[in-house]
Amino acid sequence: MSESNTANKLSPKDFSSDQDVRWCPGCGDYSILKQVQTIMPEIGVPREDIVFISGIGCSSRFPYYMNTFGMHSIHGRATTIASGLKAVRPELSVWIITGDGDSLSIGGNHLIHLLRRNFNVNILLFNNQIYGLTKGQYSPTSEQGKRTKSTPHGSLDHPFNPLALCMGADATFVSRTMDRDPKQLRSVLMQANQHKGTSLVEIYQNCNVFNDGTFARFTDKRTKEESTIFIEDGKPLIFDQGKRGIVLDGFNPKIVDMEGRSADDLWIHDVNDRVKAEILTRFFEDPSDETALPRPFGVFYQEDRPCYEEMLEQQVKEAEDRSSNRNLDQLLRGNRTWWAE
Amino acid sequence: MAKDPKVLDEVTILFAGDSGDGIQLTGNQFSDNTALYGNDLSTFPDFPAEIRAPLGTVEGVSGFQIHFGTREIFSPGDKCDVLVAMNAAAFKKNFRRLKPRGTIIVNTSGFDKRNLKLAHYPEDAEPLEGLEGYQLTKMDVTKLTREALKDIKLGTKEKDRCKNMFVLGYVYWMYNRTLESTIDFLTSKFKNKTDILEANVASLKAGFHFGDTLETFRSRYEVRPAAMPPGEYRNVMGNQATVLGLVAAAEKSNLPLFYGSYPITPASDILHQLSSYRDFGVKTFQAEDEIAAIGAAIGASFGGHLAVTASSGPGIALKGEAIGLALMLELPLVIVNVQRGGPSTGLPTKTEQADLFQAMYGRNGEAPVPVVAAHSPTDCFDAVFQATKLAIEHMTPVFFLSDGYIANGAEPWRFPKSDELEKISPRFADLPAKENETFLPYERDENGVRPWSIPGMKGLEHRVGGLEKEDGSGNVSYDPDNHEKMVKLRQEKVDKIADFIPEQSLDQGPETGDVLIVGWGSTYGTIKIAVNEMLEEGYSVAHAQIRYLNPFPKNLGEILKSYKKVLVPEINNGQLVKILRAEYLVDAQPLNKIKGVPFEAAEIKNAVLEILKS
Ligand code: SF4
Repeated sequence: MSESNTANKLSPKDFSSDQDVRWCPGCGDYSILKQVQTIMPEIGVPREDIVFISGIGCSSRFPYYMNTFGMHSIHGRATTIASGLKAVRPELSVWIITGDGDSLSIGGNHLIHLLRRNFNVNILLFNNQIYGLTKGQYSPTSEQGKRTKSTPHGSLDHPFNPLALCMGADATFVSRTMDRDPKQLRSVLMQANQHKGTSLVEIYQNCNVFNDGTFARFTDKRTKEESTIFIEDGKPLIFDQGKRGIVLDGFNPKIVDMEGRSADDLWIHDVNDRVKAEILTRFFEDPSDETALPRPFGVFYQEDRPCYEEMLEQQVKEAEDRSSNRNLDQLLRGNRTWWAE
Repeated sequence: MAKDPKVLDEVTILFAGDSGDGIQLTGNQFSDNTALYGNDLSTFPDFPAEIRAPLGTVEGVSGFQIHFGTREIFSPGDKCDVLVAMNAAAFKKNFRRLKPRGTIIVNTSGFDKRNLKLAHYPEDAEPLEGLEGYQLTKMDVTKLTREALKDIKLGTKEKDRCKNMFVLGYVYWMYNRTLESTIDFLTSKFKNKTDILEANVASLKAGFHFGDTLETFRSRYEVRPAAMPPGEYRNVMGNQATVLGLVAAAEKSNLPLFYGSYPITPASDILHQLSSYRDFGVKTFQAEDEIAAIGAAIGASFGGHLAVTASSGPGIALKGEAIGLALMLELPLVIVNVQRGGPSTGLPTKTEQADLFQAMYGRNGEAPVPVVAAHSPTDCFDAVFQATKLAIEHMTPVFFLSDGYIANGAEPWRFPKSDELEKISPRFADLPAKENETFLPYERDENGVRPWSIPGMKGLEHRVGGLEKEDGSGNVSYDPDNHEKMVKLRQEKVDKIADFIPEQSLDQGPETGDVLIVGWGSTYGTIKIAVNEMLEEGYSVAHAQIRYLNPFPKNLGEILKSYKKVLVPEINNGQLVKILRAEYLVDAQPLNKIKGVPFEAAEIKNAVLEILKS
């Protein structure tokens, strides 16, 4: 709406609202909030054109802390509200804040439909593999066998692999990052913002109260190098401080030692390659398994596909051009009328 | 030479046949023709729940009733004067709806052994025998149509599809009509299929001429044009009028229309029609489910558009939580419920008024939502326009109630000119005068209405949500006193609407007297007929039809107390009656019918007589 690009003059502080942040001390949400506020002045959108919409859950308090337009909606439905908003106001920068329960359980249906429609919005999916706000029940991403308040004998549910699910729904931007790596988090957020279409950012987020350390293997200095791999477009899949890499044997990814091997022989990441992106999302084994493939972080997949709101605008425009003399009186009259004297 | 036709005051015809027989099209064509001829009319289609129910069965019968006259017509009629039955099942299902000594037109080819069996007639039944006292016209429509089309190069199947036109032609002959309106219609419908066009027109004409050949022993009738209030008219169905009302409200509020919806009977036609109005800037969104449909509408409203969602009872149930959200957000939203028989999936193609409680109370917490109900197909236009005006000007979700009966029914409409329509004024927030002035998104005006501030308005950035708000700032608040205050404020805001709606008027009858009949929604026409007749017979009866069900008009209590008895007929198990009793402490009596069909005037008259005795 506003023409001047005032965002340039703003600082992260300008994006912080006057509300006290009420997450538990030590919660991973703080780091994510900070990085989002950090990139806001850089995305080139006036503050009044930015909207944060959330559902229900710990992470969904997020919009209250952002000094932009915001809505804390109902459980699982932020995606639907964002869709409607974007359909009528394509120029806005819309950010959906959601959690693993919000987007993959109660809002699972809406998530996949948003992805296939490809509205130009960003989804930040805070995955902490637990229900925090309701005080600690297992979630659709909790590992099978998890003991929680609602599963004293261990959970029976097979967990979702969120990124594989999103690939299955034909998402046009699929990525993963974590609360404990601010630099990488910022970089993925920026890329998500730049992508035109629905950008799905899964963020591993530590719930230090109900599920502390669930991602420790990927975030702890001691194990991070061997259990994670940071992927970048055009770069080889290399990890463990350059000691190991990944090659593709047919469709089978294999870990190889880098000794005596050139990085050129490795799998070179191509964000536009759907098949390989799907394989990458399957790097999802139990991290405690010694032979497990490293967990990838970064942008898995990106595709250009027209956005729903653009096509909708186009239809409206074409229809308006076709019938230049539209008016309400004609519409009310309809096709056939008669007079009573 | 043609005899002079017999002049009649009013006629009710019921067309009935297999759902594949083109009955709805036939009925609609006859309605258009009747309207153009200048009669007042009211129609009611009755179709089976299954899209293609088994051929020839009673379950598969589709019906279309039209009541037209020289005088004002208020309902599609109770019993019919003429029954057109395309097969045995249609005859079996509808014979009881024919008046004594009525006219029966049957297609004998639909009464063969197979059809009788499909209609579950006993082995040796001869349903067309023993109908002395009725005026029976038998015609083998299949044979006659094929005969008429023998020179046209089309398959038998395509030819048989023209049977309905033959019958329509005959009925046009009976009522002394011309064929033009239908020929025009066919010409535009089949403009690229000349052979099919030719066949349909030939069949229509053949049916008409068939009347001439029967003429020596069949009468023709004429129902002269009605003395309608002068003006230009068109025909309109309830759902159509709802759509037009919404588009008109969008224009008069200068807000683009967004419509979020999920297909459901009998509301889907609203989606179909609105989706064709892209040239009016209308954005329709067929969502993945009912919840997403209303969610998207809430998003559009947050974005400053006129947002509408529609469904029928089961879909509205799914939207319940989101309606509560819209109410907390205090954003304008129109929720259309085209009611059908419930509970659960209930009777999707039958009518009922059983969602009034749902509209009034069907949410968690203290969640008042204004409710506006239409009472006839044409009234859908005005009622939904007013509902939208309330939503926008009072920043609240509003329920608009229609039902299957008026949604699919049609009647002539003296449509308004756009400049006669009221203006609708959105309450957009003022931009802050000073740079650092804090904006209070929940600061109310004298009517309790908060400002509408939408993304893009610089300096008005704010957060809203479903958590309880602090008065004024809208910040999250768990303060007990604040919660009580906010509950009251939200209630007051809705109550205040009573200052903006018209006072309740009487449709007819004395201002005090023995019995007041209070109706709402689609019972209007039938109650009107009953009251009309009783007034003529000298009874002290009056009629009020309530459009604004929440809040009620301010003078309603006074009206209720001006009669010895109050009778509340409803197509449900007694809902408005309970609200009236609770609200006004009056001994209102229920009259209920829960059969998926409208009242008949006689039922209402009998109830009045009954109540007068007690
Ligand atoms: S419960 Fe867990 S996720 Fe929620 S705020 Fe506390 S630490 Fe964060």
